[in-house]
Amino acid sequence: MSNPNQGKSDVSPWGDRAFKGLTLMMALSVFVLIVLIGYELAHGSAKAMRLFGWHFLTSSDWDPVNEKFGAVPFIFGTLASSLIGLMIAVPLSIATAVYLTELAPLWIRQPLTIFIELLAAVPSVILGLWGIYVMVPWLRVHLFPFLQHTLGFLPFFQGPIYGPSVLAGGIIVAIMILPIITSVSREILRSVPGLQREAAYALGATRWEVTRIAVLSYAKKGLFGAVILGLGRALGETMAVTMVIGNSPQIAKSLFAPGYTLASVVANEFSEATTDTYLSALFEVGLVLLGVTVLVNALAQLLLKTFAGPGVKPQS
Amino acid sequence: MNKLVVSLIASAAVFGAQAQLINGAGSSFDYPAFTKWFEAYGAKDAAVHFNYQSIGSGGGQQQLLKETVDFGASDAPMTDENMAKAPGKILHIPVVAGGVTITYNLPGSPKLKLDSDVIANIYMGNIKNWNDAKIAALNPGVSLPDLAVVPVHRSDGSGTTFIFSDYLSAVNPAWQDTVGKGTAVKWPAGVGLGAKGSEGLAGQVKQLPGAIGYVELAYADKNQMAYADVKNAAGNFISPAPDSVSAALATAKIAADFRFSMVNAPGEKAYPIAGPSWVLVYQQQKNAENGKKLVAFLKWAVTDGQKLSPALDYAPLPEAIQQQELQLLDTIKY
Amino acid sequence: MTAHNHHWRKAKNGLMQSLTCVCAVLVILPLLLVFFQLVARGASSLNWAFFTQLPKPAGEAGGGMANAIAGTFVLMLLASTLGVPVGVLGGVFLSEYSHRHLNWWIRFGADVINGVPSITWGMVVYALMVLPMKGFSLLAGAVVLGLMMIPLIMRTTEEVLQLVPTGYREAALALGIAQWRVISQIVLRTALKGIITGVMLALARVGGETAPLLFTAFGNAYWTHRLTEPVAALPLQIFNYAISPYDDWHRQAWAGALVLILLVSSINVCVRVLTRDRFAKRGS
Repeated sequence: MSNPNQGKSDVSPWGDRAFKGLTLMMALSVFVLIVLIGYELAHGSAKAMRLFGWHFLTSSDWDPVNEKFGAVPFIFGTLASSLIGLMIAVPLSIATAVYLTELAPLWIRQPLTIFIELLAAVPSVILGLWGIYVMVPWLRVHLFPFLQHTLGFLPFFQGPIYGPSVLAGGIIVAIMILPIITSVSREILRSVPGLQREAAYALGATRWEVTRIAVLSYAKKGLFGAVILGLGRALGETMAVTMVIGNSPQIAKSLFAPGYTLASVVANEFSEATTDTYLSALFEVGLVLLGVTVLVNALAQLLLKTFAGPGVKPQS
Repeated sequence: MNKLVVSLIASAAVFGAQAQLINGAGSSFDYPAFTKWFEAYGAKDAAVHFNYQSIGSGGGQQQLLKETVDFGASDAPMTDENMAKAPGKILHIPVVAGGVTITYNLPGSPKLKLDSDVIANIYMGNIKNWNDAKIAALNPGVSLPDLAVVPVHRSDGSGTTFIFSDYLSAVNPAWQDTVGKGTAVKWPAGVGLGAKGSEGLAGQVKQLPGAIGYVELAYADKNQMAYADVKNAAGNFISPAPDSVSAALATAKIAADFRFSMVNAPGEKAYPIAGPSWVLVYQQQKNAENGKKLVAFLKWAVTDGQKLSPALDYAPLPEAIQQQELQLLDTIKY
Repeated sequence: MTAHNHHWRKAKNGLMQSLTCVCAVLVILPLLLVFFQLVARGASSLNWAFFTQLPKPAGEAGGGMANAIAGTFVLMLLASTLGVPVGVLGGVFLSEYSHRHLNWWIRFGADVINGVPSITWGMVVYALMVLPMKGFSLLAGAVVLGLMMIPLIMRTTEEVLQLVPTGYREAALALGIAQWRVISQIVLRTALKGIITGVMLALARVGGETAPLLFTAFGNAYWTHRLTEPVAALPLQIFNYAISPYDDWHRQAWAGALVLILLVSSINVCVRVLTRDRFAKRGS
């Protein structure tokens, strides 16, 4: 038999070091990407930042002819459509996650989960296509008049109905973020220790009471993280929203009025900006969008990590 | 292994037969003309392909300035500022003249007569309903519905917007002061919707009852959309058509470098909302091969190509102008 | 009374069960509606011409999306050459070499980048590649998609590698095999199926992206012959056709959308089938 120590001298340390160095470099690419994105956007916005300063964030003037640019209508549109999306999606998603993990009969759980993950895979442009030709006409003819009829005393539901609107944008954002909030909530609920549930059952609780008392209150922080993650996704949603929101930079009380989001204005006007100032203003819009989404995502990740540990997967 | 083979075959298909590719971008105004010309020219010279993306006149100018495309197409002339910034001298070659129709979506698609006052006020938000007195005054026999007017404008940088806003600035001082003209303007707040591209605008008007929009004749006809007769400077209500646009072109003042406007032209039969669309090229071509092919195509387009224009709803360029353009094209260096 | 209370609690239990069930149905409803419309409006246009012909001039009937379909495949292939090596090796580092703080920050960074809107990526690569190269290109499109894949693949690879039992590593190291060999030849090979499914998920995700391609790939009415030429892609084509006023293009947009969603869904279903045993172990 050969000497077991003989092989060791063949093992050169530099093989290990080189491999580790290689993988380290690849992993550090994450930071390189962050710096790259930040740099390119900052560099591109430099001119606009110099010209407009803080006015950019307080002015509603989007005037390419006179080269005056202010991002307020887009910030408004992005926030409005995202918040509407959240208000619709969060209750539905968390309820669905609860159903999937706690209340549904076992045979239904897997197929339902598959369906929801398939919804997550629908590309934004396809949802936008469906939005323009199916959803918006239906909204214009059925839902919006109904809302105006019943809730018309609220300023949100007054005003002319065109179809493409902030509300339509919000609904489509809701559809896009339903799967991610559901999936992450499901993971959170599943990671609640069985002991919690068992203790509640031992005290004689019904299934729903177990859910409410043992699971939901335990998972509050993680669920909140899931919601913030959904918000992050909503803020950056581009194609589907662009196709149904009406592309009109204005701030209106009515939800039926068309709006414009940070991502949509870049999508529509970026390759056509006729002057350097215009292009720089669009870069600055992109920078604002990046800043907002990074902050929200960072918050979500912190919440999720401190609740559930590294086991929570990034979702597409 | 199989995955590798399949992907190799797919890439071979994509990287298939070689033909020269010339890239252009810009106006959606002449997009129908370009695509037809590329097809017809392909019969003459199969060794060159033209890839044109209609991203709007503003985009055409911008991408040409950044030299990411071989030629730009724009319905708005380049400003002096932009020309000064360009890395080389840029030539304006008019290739079509077309009319911008005022198209609308009303039940029954009645033929309406409109004038500059009404149009400007609709887009400024002062006229809100189709049965407004001003519209009724121009259209005595027509029963106008009680329907909100929704003006649709372009949300991208557009030469069609330029022609439309150029016209409104020329005829309406209030518009001139508050909005002005440009490929992208600050539309009066809270009035109407924006749509991307002529395609988007026409699509939006088609979809929405009560909508009104401005879109080139080619798009309106192809999609059987109703459009209005507009009152011209001479006081006549003219329907947009190749003939009335030619009439406008005939009486327009044409500058030597071809950067001219033909809105509100004085002729009796002239359609007032019309404009030329230019191909923008550098006088000094970077790529000699591409340049030669491009110039050959342009020479064909401004002469033989014009025969195809009326069928596409554009006004053909008059002979004299064609000759001047050929001379201009000859000044291009490789 | 206890009995009265018991009935009420039972009723509430039943009510909540039904309510959450209704919510679950509402969540999958959009998917069903969309898919139904795609099939109803698009299936009839899926003919031979659609898959083999190039687009016809604006407004003319006929033509197809052959170049867009091929373009999407090629973009995904090229994007993988950037995304897969960087992502997998990065995931290897996170999983196999343990530095508590550094690894935490890298994971955090990757997860945050996953949330960057795709349109931002488009702007960055436009400034980085399209402007200096003075042209839109297949290469720029591939790069932007590849960069988007990196953080996705990094995290899924790390996860999958973590599932390889430590015993494998320890046994190999005990035999005197170099660590880098242990990782590359034993651990990676064991986790290969999981890594591939991670790559496929990332591909499905970027294959459907439109926004980043708007300012990089640009679109092409013909076949693309060089890396430096613009390229057509399915999502881009769908977008352009969808907002057009031509009915024929709308019809093709629906067909294209059906093809795209079938492509993306089948990748996802494949992944599910491949990881069936993994899920079975985890439990429902």
